[in-house]
Parts: sequence; structure tokens; C-alpha cells
Amino acid sequence: MKKDQKVLSATSSGTPEKYSEHMAHEQGAVKSTSRRSFLGSAASAVAAATVVSTSSAIANPLEVQPSSKSMGRTTVPQGYGMPSKYEDHVTRNRTDVYVNKQNYSDWSMTPIQHQQGIITPNGLIFERHHAGIPDIDPDTHELVIHGMVRQPMRYTMDNLMRYPSVSKFHFMECSGNGLTDWLAVKSKTVQQTHGLLSCSQFTGVPLSWLLDEVGLESGAKWLLFEGADGSAHARSIPLDKALDDVMLVFASGGEMLRPENGYPLRAFIPGWEGNTSVKWLRRIKVSDQPWHLRSETARYTDPMPEGKFRQFSMEMECKSVITNPSGGMQMQGPGLYELQGFAWSGNGTVKAVDITTDGGRSWRTADLEGPVLDKCLTRFRYRWNWDGGPAKIASRAVDSTGYVQPTVAELAENRRIAGFVQHHNGIFPWAINTKGEVSNAIA
Amino acid sequence: MQLRKITIASGLALALSFSSAFAGGSKPAVSFGTTITEADIAAWDIDIQTATGKGLPSGSGSVAEGKALFEMQCVACHGVDAAGGSQYGSMVGGKRPLTGGGYPHASILFDYIRRAMPMNAPQSLSNDEVYALTAYIYALNEFIPQDAVLDAESLASIQMPVHVRDGFIVDDRPDTAATRCMEDC
Ligand code: HEC
Repeated sequence: MKKDQKVLSATSSGTPEKYSEHMAHEQGAVKSTSRRSFLGSAASAVAAATVVSTSSAIANPLEVQPSSKSMGRTTVPQGYGMPSKYEDHVTRNRTDVYVNKQNYSDWSMTPIQHQQGIITPNGLIFERHHAGIPDIDPDTHELVIHGMVRQPMRYTMDNLMRYPSVSKFHFMECSGNGLTDWLAVKSKTVQQTHGLLSCSQFTGVPLSWLLDEVGLESGAKWLLFEGADGSAHARSIPLDKALDDVMLVFASGGEMLRPENGYPLRAFIPGWEGNTSVKWLRRIKVSDQPWHLRSETARYTDPMPEGKFRQFSMEMECKSVITNPSGGMQMQGPGLYELQGFAWSGNGTVKAVDITTDGGRSWRTADLEGPVLDKCLTRFRYRWNWDGGPAKIASRAVDSTGYVQPTVAELAENRRIAGFVQHHNGIFPWAINTKGEVSNAIA
Repeated sequence: MQLRKITIASGLALALSFSSAFAGGSKPAVSFGTTITEADIAAWDIDIQTATGKGLPSGSGSVAEGKALFEMQCVACHGVDAAGGSQYGSMVGGKRPLTGGGYPHASILFDYIRRAMPMNAPQSLSNDEVYALTAYIYALNEFIPQDAVLDAESLASIQMPVHVRDGFIVDDRPDTAATRCMEDC
């Protein structure tokens, strides 16, 4: 079996009947808080090992491994650490459904089925570019702020990094996350269905500080953010949001941004569709009205009934997905599985996640794993004893505004699901058949 | 980057306080930027307020000039008569001309070509050339006659088809009110 298809929390081989019996018991015993479920799972692993060893009579002695009998690699004088060579299946992948004619205005997706915590490693943060990835020298990069301001200003990277900085944990999601899988099954893995999603700790300067410096003229209502890439990608951003929580960031996950994520400077707009967090940010212009650029009329709009399009739909509404097990994985026989996944909301914190294993007829509440942060990925876990029969599993998230993640059918009541449909936050089911194969069950 | 470099605060010490999402840090009473004039920003100042045409530069271009330019600089990717090429689909015809969700304001095309095209050499065209290419693409879509010449005024006055112009609604979400059914759903 390919490594990337294995269910991550799968039980090991051994004696399936006893094992599942034991796990069924264990599942009943473990209750809600994440602390206790962590202890519970450690305890159950020990117990399971006991069950397995007492039931295997055949001698199978351990040998000393080659790694114990040799010197390892040296510590190099300097270098950047890379993942184990055995993890080379964990990669950012372009879409394999919607194939672009060129790969400059294109995207690649995060392998969230392999993500073990809320933080996406920098090399796996999803990409969306409109004219390729520039390699910008930070010594030459500058940001200007002008327009309806008392004093236009320019900032070098040295200038910007001299300010006190703030660090915040947030998710980032592309408005097009899920766009290929509304009414028909197109994608195989959760990377393809939900991988335009990442999360990190972003470090930078609050934009409000700089707007304070340039001094906004009365009547100022909108800002233009513009990138220094070949597409000069630009978006109109309402001033209210800019003054609230928008940051100009130079770092994510503890290091300077990667070139593909906006090095050396990008806007970061918590909870909003990723393309508004303009990368390679070079210019902010203040105005009294939005610009209605191609990126906000012909792109990044939502098809609506009667041929209309919804514009400036910035917030990424509450959503969740089970990442383990998920499409393309293979169950390891009946028994205990920990259903794991992520929930998030661009409108606040995740309040609850419910799980169904019977295709939506009944739901049970999953455990949320802390920290549960504002506009941030939140991990959920749910222990489930798979009986080996066909099952349909899905998660449903609720956020701090009380909003409940809808089904695709509920979304389709008010939207036109045709063409390039953005903002898919529908409940996303996976089917498990009697062979243990897990597959996309959106339709 | 030379982080050791010391930048002298420019003397602007506006200490207005902002209420924002950044708990532990109010704005420091310093400024590390330097002042700049709008004149010095001119080369970067390429945006158009497309609903009004504000920002459209002086200059002009004809459909015929645009066709000649297109055949030299654009046809490889966009195909003959912009009907679709090796890198992108058709830019002509269809219910919503210029693919995707449409161009409700005529200046959107000017703004986009000026900022992003030709993709292999963006921001290399003169304003006259951008007007000419805009005219050519709109003529292909039969919004303007073959002998048209576009400048700031005439471009801003092109009315896009009404179903495109009025084809947008502002964000009205949440547009679902799902409930948290737990049994017999
Ligand atoms: C190297 C290939 C290439 C060249 C050369 C090129 N384009 Fe493009 N063009 C593209 C691609 C790819 C896109 C789509 C970009 C996107 O959507 O992010 C595009 C998009 C466009 C669009 C937007 C179309 C729409 O449906 O909204 C226009 C207009 C355009 N190009 C005009 C031009 C003009 C005018 C030229 C010549 C001056 C030109 N292009 C040269 C590749 C190219």
C-alpha cells in the first residue's frame, strides 16, 4: 500500500476480533475533554499491545536495526533541515481535476490529510499566483501608502521590520477551495477537495498603525492592495476591516515568508478569502470607493440565480472536513478509528463539531482540541468503532456566531451551482465500503 | 537584508490610538517610513476606478492599431482574433463577453491589460497601446465600431450590456440557516 493512502490512526495488524472488542469497550470509557482523550488513547495503546502479544504464540524475535549499528549522518556546518526521505509523498500538488493551460496563473494544494496539527509547514502552504512567483530582493522592496491621505509614505523592509510586531495564528483559505466538487465527484483526495487551506502563525505590523501615520482624509472608505508581481494582483478592501485586524506580514511559521507566499511582504486579512491577502505587497491606495477590478468582477465572484454574480464576498464561512480517514485511504480492518479533521470559521471561533457515520441521519459531538482560536484551524477528534460495513462519514461545524455548516443542498437553495463556483463550505461526506476503501461521496 | 541598519525616525510622531484586534500592542509613537510625493509614485500608480473611469490616463488608440499590436504581442497565447489560443480561452462572444463573471465597466479591460498583459512582459505597454488593444478587443465583441478610437473619455462612456452592468449583487451572506439536527435528520 502506498504510504499516503494509509489511514493515519489505523490499528495495527494482529487479532482483529479481540482488538475491536477491546476498542469498543475503550471507546465507551473515554469521555469528552481533549486532555482526557489524549490520556485515554495512550492507555488504550498499551492495552492493545498487551492483547496482541498474548495472542501471538509464534516466536518473532527482534533484531538490532542497522541504524543502531552504524554512525548516522554528520551534523553539517550549516543547512536547512528537510523532512525524512520517507515522507517525500507529502507534497503540495496542483489540481488534477481542473487542468490549466499554463502554470503561471495556477494553484497548488496543501496535503491536509498529512497535517498533524493546526500549523501548516511553510513548504506546504497552498499557492495561488496570477503570474508566477517573483523572487524579490528585500533590500529593494518598498511599500507605498498614498491616495486620500494627508502625507503619502514609503517604507523599506528595514523600516517595516523596525516596528514592534504582532504574531497571530490564523487559517487562510482560497475562495475556490472545493470548486471542483459540488454536484459530482471529481476529486479523489481531501488535498484536492480542501487543500486550498493552510494555517500558520503570521508575524507583522498592524496596518492601522501605518494608516494612522499617513493620516486618512475624511471620506476615506476603501483601500487598494496591489502586488509587485507580474499580475500586479489587486483588490479593494473596506477600511473598516483594515482598521480592525489586517496585518502587513513578513513572516509565517517562525521564518520569513516563502517566495510563493509573498516574500518579503504580504497583506494578511484574517478570515477572508486568500486572494485579498495580496502577496508581494507594494502599494496601498486610499479612496472613497471600491475599484471593481477584473479580480472582483470577472474573478472571485459567486454565480447567483438569474445570471447574477455576488461581489465582494470576502468572509470564509464556517466549515469543516474529516481528513482521516479521507478519500483515497484504505481502512485497516474493523475496529477503532479516531476520525480526525479540521474546522474553521472566518467569522469567529469554532464552537462545536458534530460527526455522522450514517450519512447524516444521526450526529454525535466530536472533541475539539485546543487551542481553539479566532479565525484559526481547530482540530477535532472522534472515536469510532467501524463495524466493517458500508458507512458514510462527515463533519458539521458550528461557529461562535451560531452559524451551522450547511449541506450543498442548502447552499444551492440560494446560489447557482454552475461553472466556477466559489465559497463551497458545504458538509463533505466520505464513503467507506466493505473493502475499507474510502472515497469522495459529495454526490 | 541589513537588519543592523539604523533608520532615523522621520519625525512624524502621531500618537492617535486605534481600537483594534491587537491587544498587547498599541501604536508606538514613532514613524519609520519616509515621506514621498504623488509625483514620485506615478510609475506605480496604475489603478483605474473602473466604475467612473477615474485614473484613466491621457493618450488614445484605434481598433486598427490594436489589431496590429495584438497580432504581434498577444496572438501566441490568445489565438487569432482572440478566439482562444495556447494559453487562454476565447475573449470574444458568449453571453458574458470576456470569460468569467464579466466586465460591468468598460475601464476594467484597460486596467487589466495595463497591469497584467502581455503576460510575458507586463507593464511594458504605453498608454496609447493599452487604449488600442482595449479598442480592438471591444470591437471584436461588437461593443464599438471597427473605426473607433478610444481615449479616457470615450472608454469611460462605453455602456456594457445591461445584463452585465446590472449583473452583480453585494454580499448578502449568511444565506443559509442550517440547524443542528442530531437524530432522525
Ligand atoms: C504568455 C501568454 C500571454 C500573452 C503573450 C498574453 N496573454 Fe493575456 N492572458 C494570458 C493568460 C494565461 C490569461 C489568464 C490570466 C488569469 O486569469 O489569471 C490572460 C488573460 C488576459 C485577459 C483577461 C481575459 C478575461 O477573460 O478576463 C486579457 C484581456 C488579456 N489577457 C489581454 C492580452 C493582451 C491584450 C495581450 C497582448 C498585449 C496579451 N493578453 C498577451 C496569457 C497571455
